[in-house]
Amino acid sequence: MSKPIEHDYIGLSEQQLPSMEKSSDKKDGLHLKDTELRLGLPGSESPEREDHDQNVLSLKSFVSGAKRGFSDALDGGGNWVFSGGSGGGTEGLFSPRRGGKNNGGKDLSGSDSGSVLKDGAAQKPSVVQEKKLQVAATSSHGNGNIAPASKAQVVGWPPIRSFRKNTMAAHPPKNDDGDGNAEAKLGSGCLYVKVSMDGAPYLRKVDLKIYGSYKELSSALEKMFSCFTIGQCGSHGVSSGDGLTESRLVDLLHGSEYVLTYEDKDGDWMLVGDVPWEMFTDSCKRLRIMKSTEAIGLGML
Amino acid sequence: MQKEMAYSFPDEVLKHVFSFIQSDKDRNAVSLVCKSWYEIERWCRRKVFIGNCYAVSPRMVIRRFPEVRSIELKGKPHFADFNLVPDGWGGYVLQWIAEMAGAYPWLGEIRLKRMVVTDESLELIAKSFKNFKVLVLFSCEGFSTDGLAAIAASCKNLRELDLRESEVDDLSGHWLAQFPETCTSLVSLNISCLGSDEVSFSALERLVDRCPNLRSLQLNRAVTLDKIANILRRAPQLVDFGTGNYAAELQPDVFSNLAGAFSSCKELKSLSGFWDVVPAYLPALYSICPRLTSLNLSYATIQSPDLIKLVSHCPRLQRLLFLIQVLDYVEDSGLEELASSCKDLQELRVFPSDPFGVEPNVSLTEQGLVAVSLGCPKLQSVLYFCRRMSNAALVTIAQNCPNLTRFRLCIIEPKTPDYLTLEPLDAGFGAIVEHCKDLRRLSLSGLLTDHVFEYIGTYGKKLEMLSVAFAGDSDLGLHHVLSGCESLRKLEIRDCPFGDKALLANAAKLETMRSLWMSSCAVSFGACKLLGQKMPKLNVEVIDETEPPDSRPESYPVDKLYIYRSVAGPRFDMPPFVWSMDEAVKILH
Repeated sequence: MSKPIEHDYIGLSEQQLPSMEKSSDKKDGLHLKDTELRLGLPGSESPEREDHDQNVLSLKSFVSGAKRGFSDALDGGGNWVFSGGSGGGTEGLFSPRRGGKNNGGKDLSGSDSGSVLKDGAAQKPSVVQEKKLQVAATSSHGNGNIAPASKAQVVGWPPIRSFRKNTMAAHPPKNDDGDGNAEAKLGSGCLYVKVSMDGAPYLRKVDLKIYGSYKELSSALEKMFSCFTIGQCGSHGVSSGDGLTESRLVDLLHGSEYVLTYEDKDGDWMLVGDVPWEMFTDSCKRLRIMKSTEAIGLGML
Repeated sequence: MQKEMAYSFPDEVLKHVFSFIQSDKDRNAVSLVCKSWYEIERWCRRKVFIGNCYAVSPRMVIRRFPEVRSIELKGKPHFADFNLVPDGWGGYVLQWIAEMAGAYPWLGEIRLKRMVVTDESLELIAKSFKNFKVLVLFSCEGFSTDGLAAIAASCKNLRELDLRESEVDDLSGHWLAQFPETCTSLVSLNISCLGSDEVSFSALERLVDRCPNLRSLQLNRAVTLDKIANILRRAPQLVDFGTGNYAAELQPDVFSNLAGAFSSCKELKSLSGFWDVVPAYLPALYSICPRLTSLNLSYATIQSPDLIKLVSHCPRLQRLLFLIQVLDYVEDSGLEELASSCKDLQELRVFPSDPFGVEPNVSLTEQGLVAVSLGCPKLQSVLYFCRRMSNAALVTIAQNCPNLTRFRLCIIEPKTPDYLTLEPLDAGFGAIVEHCKDLRRLSLSGLLTDHVFEYIGTYGKKLEMLSVAFAGDSDLGLHHVLSGCESLRKLEIRDCPFGDKALLANAAKLETMRSLWMSSCAVSFGACKLLGQKMPKLNVEVIDETEPPDSRPESYPVDKLYIYRSVAGPRFDMPPFVWSMDEAVKILH
């Protein structure tokens, strides 16, 4: 196979990419490989591997590594921490993004974790934990070497259009296997609801399933919408501890300007925080970050 | 003398000749012949397709093509379908509408895909184009039923309103009643995406009643089975029909009414919808099955021999979209039956019912697809979700179906090897690209090394779109693709160990493509900046929702990267989490 000649705008000389004839021999031909910083997928072992074949198998263990994609969308201050040693072989690629900042106690170390944690997400992987237990020691591919993969979901995988996912999630398929788990299984996909904020130029969507509590949700929302409240810097501390589970949910963002409200199944607008978390996620159709003044006007405060 | 005659061909004649040339490629070729042909052609081009709304500005389009009647625009990157593109990224249509409102008073058709369409845009359309005929909003968002009401009320000659897979804010179902009594021109109406409160059925019935040319109608899920007969009897001329719900308690009179209504539709060739199916009602379709060429059962959440029985009544099926249940049901043998009865099948799509399930159920495997490849030699387009695959199966499929133009295989668990040999699936996909010489679109999955990209670069000469996830070992993989795939237009990559080297070495290639998406790969911020600096005809955009990329060392990888060619320069509607690598913009951002 002849090597096509490439324009080399950037001054990278062709010798850095080994000739094609050698490409069949991985070790020798690909000088690139030795210098290449390998990508370790979330949860995988550090890719300091000598033996390529072994790598192939060990990489299998990763997967899903949790909702990193969605976490991308939400994180304001979290880190990516990989099991198997952050800052180890994965350095330069997916080692913690914020220089030395780590998740501290929220790290999962050890090779069996397979999940990535973020600030404020400690409770979230209750979903993850459950599923990991289900998977337990089985490997779906019959290879005993492979550590059980966590079944927490990777954002956007499998590649199913949101329209289809939402349609199926809203009405899980009937099946007569009789164990009643079908709904749980399919519904466990995701639960996207729209979040609007008065004054923001566009809506966001959040997946309620990845949060375990009001605190996590509000923390995430705060980060998500903070870019819209320029000039109102200051501590964005959320109100005390578990105060968000109380009925008075105010001071969500930058002081007392906004409150978080939601539209429930009946079409009524309620203050977030009044009902237990699970009940909330079951009935919440959409969220709105409303100006306190308007909420007062609506008799909600 | 003769020379003069050749050059004195009147423009009118040329214009007339050009009017027979519809394809964009041909028209582009015509416009390059000489200056006068360029001029004549641009004045008579009526249809413009813009695959990336940021590749060109509305003003540029208007300047070159002053008399456009039909426009098609695409906005967000394809991976937006899978929630990889954050909200607010862009793709707003308003500016286009605003500029076209002034320049194209006779604009009649607007087709949008993955764009943000506000009510304001819809109202502007309604107000500005007196001859408006066709509105297709495919996978769009940002509008409500208020905007639809404006369209319905103002567009006196509306022929086509297609909202497929769009996200509509439901405010009221009364927008349908806004179609004036004088509106009788509808040919196609697709409201399948609307929720239950968004459609007034009586308004719909009246509308269907007075539109004798209605050929294509897709109802939404809220329309119950008993209402289908009412609609069908009012529109026996339908060619393409999407049911709403297809579930109800079995009642003989409802059944016979439904069966009768279906059988009165002598032109019906295509069916879809079928949410919530009750199998007992499927036989109501038997009378039309022999005529069906397209059947979309991909929401039909039943698993039953009745479903296969239905399909076996449809020998003329060319297009079949199937939802395969993976519980209690031997789907492979179902596909085998399909393969034996639908010899004309050209397109097959099989979706997973339980994509997030932990325990794979092996009733749907690669065998089903192999069976179809064997039985259906005309197969051209495949989208197949399954949980296991082998190189041997892929080789068989490739050999059986050399006419494949689109092959998208999704093995649900990332990095799954060949289940028989535990090897990567390089050879299998290699066989696909090698045997299917007209392959235009390919999506990969499973365990894959750089080898598969070597095959793709070598054989995928007609490949236009490639989707890659969790594959490859090194930059060499990316290099194979960028240097080998001559026809490549769209490349989208996620979670692969591809970094700077291949990208920078093939920078020029990017100008020959529509776009490149890379997320969760290993491209450094420094490389992005370099590309942005050196390639002025490329817009290099870094997406990062956590913090500005320049707050970290240059060697750090960017989270998401979207590169596309553009003659319009960097865009001005970027949200805070998108950074342009164009030097000028950076300063202002």
